[in-house]
Amino acid sequence: MQHILKIIAQRLALGLLTLFAISLIITFGVELLPGDLAQAILGQGATPETVRVFRLELGLDKPPYLRYLDWLGGMATGDMGVSLSNKRQISELIGMRLSNTLFLGGFAALIAIPLALTLGILAALYRNSLFDRTINTVTITSISFPEFFIAYVLILFFAINLGWFPGISNISSELSLGDRLYRTLLPAATLTLVCVAHMMRMTRASIINLLASPYIEMARLKGIKPMRIIMRHALPNALAPIVNVIALNLAYLVVGVVIVEVVFVYPGLGQLLVDSVSKRDVPVVQACSMIFASVYILLNLFADIVSIITNPRLLYPR
Amino acid sequence: MKKTQINNKPLILGRQVSRRDFIRGSAALGIAGTTAGLLTMSGSAFAATPHRGGRLRAGIAHGSTTDSLDPATYENGFMSNVNYSIQNHLGEVDSTGAMVPELAESWEATNGAQTWVVNLRQGVEFSNGKTLDADDVIASFQHHMGETKSPAKSLLEQVTSMRKDGNNRVIFELSGGNADFMFVASDYHVAIKPSKDGKIDPTDGVGTGPYTLSEFEPGVRFLGKRNANYFKSDRAWFDEFEMLSIVDPTARTNALATVEVDTIDRVDLKTAHLLARKQGINVEETTGTKHYTFPMRTDTAPFDDNNVRLALKYALKREELVEKVLYGHGTIGNDHPIAPINQFHAATLPQRQYDLDKARFYAKKAGGVKVQLSAADAAFPGAVDAAVLYQEHAAAAGIEIEVIREPNDGYWSNVWMNKPWGACYWGGRPTEDWMFSTAYMGGASWNDTFWQHDRFDELLLLGRAETNQDTRRSIYYEMQQIVSDEGGVVVPMFANYVFASVEKVSHGALAGNWDMDGNKFFERWWFAF
Amino acid sequence: MNNMFKTLSSAPLSAKFGMIVIFTYLVVAVFAPLIAPYGEREILGRAYELWSSEYPLGTDNLGRDMLSRLIYGARNTLGLTLTITVLAFLLGGILGMIAAALGGWVDQILSRIVDVFMAIPSLIFALLILSIFGTSMPYLIATIVVLDATRVFRIARATAMNVAVMDYVEVARLRGEKLGWVIRKEILPNITAPLLAEFGLRFCFVFLFISALSFLGLGIQPPTADWGSMVRDSSTLISYGDVTPLIPAGAIALLTVAVNFVVDWMLHRSSGLKDVS
Repeated sequence: MQHILKIIAQRLALGLLTLFAISLIITFGVELLPGDLAQAILGQGATPETVRVFRLELGLDKPPYLRYLDWLGGMATGDMGVSLSNKRQISELIGMRLSNTLFLGGFAALIAIPLALTLGILAALYRNSLFDRTINTVTITSISFPEFFIAYVLILFFAINLGWFPGISNISSELSLGDRLYRTLLPAATLTLVCVAHMMRMTRASIINLLASPYIEMARLKGIKPMRIIMRHALPNALAPIVNVIALNLAYLVVGVVIVEVVFVYPGLGQLLVDSVSKRDVPVVQACSMIFASVYILLNLFADIVSIITNPRLLYPR
Repeated sequence: MKKTQINNKPLILGRQVSRRDFIRGSAALGIAGTTAGLLTMSGSAFAATPHRGGRLRAGIAHGSTTDSLDPATYENGFMSNVNYSIQNHLGEVDSTGAMVPELAESWEATNGAQTWVVNLRQGVEFSNGKTLDADDVIASFQHHMGETKSPAKSLLEQVTSMRKDGNNRVIFELSGGNADFMFVASDYHVAIKPSKDGKIDPTDGVGTGPYTLSEFEPGVRFLGKRNANYFKSDRAWFDEFEMLSIVDPTARTNALATVEVDTIDRVDLKTAHLLARKQGINVEETTGTKHYTFPMRTDTAPFDDNNVRLALKYALKREELVEKVLYGHGTIGNDHPIAPINQFHAATLPQRQYDLDKARFYAKKAGGVKVQLSAADAAFPGAVDAAVLYQEHAAAAGIEIEVIREPNDGYWSNVWMNKPWGACYWGGRPTEDWMFSTAYMGGASWNDTFWQHDRFDELLLLGRAETNQDTRRSIYYEMQQIVSDEGGVVVPMFANYVFASVEKVSHGALAGNWDMDGNKFFERWWFAF
Repeated sequence: MNNMFKTLSSAPLSAKFGMIVIFTYLVVAVFAPLIAPYGEREILGRAYELWSSEYPLGTDNLGRDMLSRLIYGARNTLGLTLTITVLAFLLGGILGMIAAALGGWVDQILSRIVDVFMAIPSLIFALLILSIFGTSMPYLIATIVVLDATRVFRIARATAMNVAVMDYVEVARLRGEKLGWVIRKEILPNITAPLLAEFGLRFCFVFLFISALSFLGLGIQPPTADWGSMVRDSSTLISYGDVTPLIPAGAIALLTVAVNFVVDWMLHRSSGLKDVS
């Protein structure tokens, strides 16, 4: 146990280093993109004169590395700074959107992960049966369509034709939890369809991969029921790749849902990042990237820890 | 688009499109002295007597999380609606395209239109309780003059001084006569806001408008409550006005179809005819000066050769672009920027046709034409498709166009006015002089063809000073002909504004200077029931 | 040869179906110009004409023959997607196995670099790279390969780690076997299954990512046909029950299903399970 704690502490420290590297890449990557906030906002109205004044006002006349250092200093004291474009506190700007994003992602994950695991285990148990084939075909088909397309189809059937759900999922803070769940069910369903196949297929594959192992063979010879063999003997040893894929999908649910946000008019973090990149609002881009990066780092850490726990040999590497 | 754990998606471009569309239109005020065409696709929304009450919910194609309330930064349709709902201007464009007083009560030009006396409406109150006076107007103008980031700066450079004459009169002195000054002075940037110590607070959201700012979440939502003291008694019929930013066209349509909103702008043209068939939904369109162009840099080979330009102009089937890019919601252009609804549009100028013989002739004269055309949907929706069609049309004449799809992101700073030939969008200008001075006069900042024509520039100055309408007409006719025959721009089409509402939304005659009744639908429309 | 034929004919029905579909796609891709009734970029009629004997699947938004676009699309997208997926697996898989086999600081460095790449949202990352370096084909391929390789790395490493600590691997090392040998003979055979499963889906993700890029104006240059863009161009029609966008989407789906049926079969064989299929 202590060993694991040590690993976690070590990884968290390295995580900070990773965040630092990402902030450098993002900041200077966005700096390298053509144009800056002043040009992006003024557009056709931009003349060298107005852009100069605007830059001065925004502090863009300072060299990028100085602005970066300022930002770094702020971050060290927990101050994310203000949005360049409308001077709002970034912490406030991000707060509501982050909770919206986590709400939708969490909702989708609560449906998708149990569903994917159950289907994957059943598919491995009844491998190559009609059931297995059907599940596989349906889930693979669903991920072959772009997610916006799945969303359009769900909206067509459940919102426009049947009228069961609203056609858009704009939410506000006044809504009760029930209303919120009701309004976000369609986007959550879309996300579920998008990520179930990946997790389900990896579960199935990892379990099948182990089924010919001597110890499973032994269990089978002892007459243990197939379901019990899978749950007690195969699954725990198959967890490493499964958890990795789950982590990838969880990260997607937090970081990668811009399209679903846009199609359902859901005010999440993804849209904020996209807008800020296109307008070159660097402090907001930095803040969003740090949040997304932390999510990835924590999820990858989680997946690695689960891998280690499920295989004691990894606990004490040579 | 995609899905995968990977990512996150498009829409950067969706945004760019909307922002830019708007910007290009931005300096445009609308249509001076002409009538905006109104076409109704399905049923008529004209109705009965106006009637008060209800909450109007609109789904708007624009809006970004980077939006700000500062009038100097308005750059998309969402903010333009916010602007017109919480603030007013000196004048406004009415449904006939005329400039009529708004916060001004009247105005008068003297001294060869070099001095403008503007009398302000009395007893108008801002939402913070202050009463409008001349100081507010002067401070509001000053926000866009001198050391400023405002895009309206170049428009107002002609103002040499402003002074007040009593509390309700402002006198503007111009550097030269300009009969259209009130169009400029009512540019949408120049919202009138309360001054404090000679300055306005640009982001306070205070104004005299039909609605008072209740909630504003950039890129998401705006909510205004009716201004009980609004100075126009026959306007602002709704109790509340709510606006959602819905960038995706299908999402907008879905929102309307499920009556989550009452009206939407920018109907997806591909499916507009299908939407119009739906029970309880009206699709309507207005025509204006908005046009799409392919500007060539005439200072760069091979476009410095007019034979190349003519070969390309003759090698395009304009009708097919209108049919397949605008889905019929527009009209063909004639390689100059003056719209059919502009006052001095050269209707007698022969329409340039798709003519393979002439295209081959000029291509041969130029020694063969092989060029690259840079396009992105950020330039205008369907620009890449339009370029691909152009490529095929020209290929028939042995002219080789290589279409380069450019990234949407950064299109305007990287491609427009940089690459030798690209795609572009213009909202157009209400007057011939304004349009030509902005983008065709030699050396103008936004002369995106880098074109210089002595006779043209000479005519431009003559036309501005001329007061005889017939002389002006012949001057502007000649200028349109010069641009069409010798200019660096291909103007394939003028595009309509198309929007849709549920049945109960009613209105009078529509203005065409902007989308959705001059971006004032919330002030001019009402619920019939 | 004979042996291979035997193996193939022993495949379950689903795998045979999958192989037939893949084979058909390959034939279509290779002989596209011979099969397609019209040219790839030829503009023939009005937009969205109905299905007819002249245009079997109607026309697209610019009036080009949908069937011909679909056929050329197979050629353009299949090659690109296959190249990218294979490269991503080579890069990600090999590095993942090396990281697992060596452990220690090599693993730490590689894993943290992957963290950095993964933590930047992919479209933003692609936008940065392609906007800065240009959108030519080599950059497009390299960018997607790197992005996908990070995902493959995670899975290869996670599975390989379990194997790398097994007694037999230990023994092989003690025997003094080289790293390459250990990876090839001991690790790879034992992690083929999850990698295959990943391959089957990764292939589809690459398809969709390319079309996402073309939405940003960063993808394949027009007028080249690719299925992802074909779905996107007509997607708004689905809200009115028009099936046009389902055609290219169906082409992608059918291929993905076929690839995964074959993957399932290979998975089953490689697992060593004897039970029937």
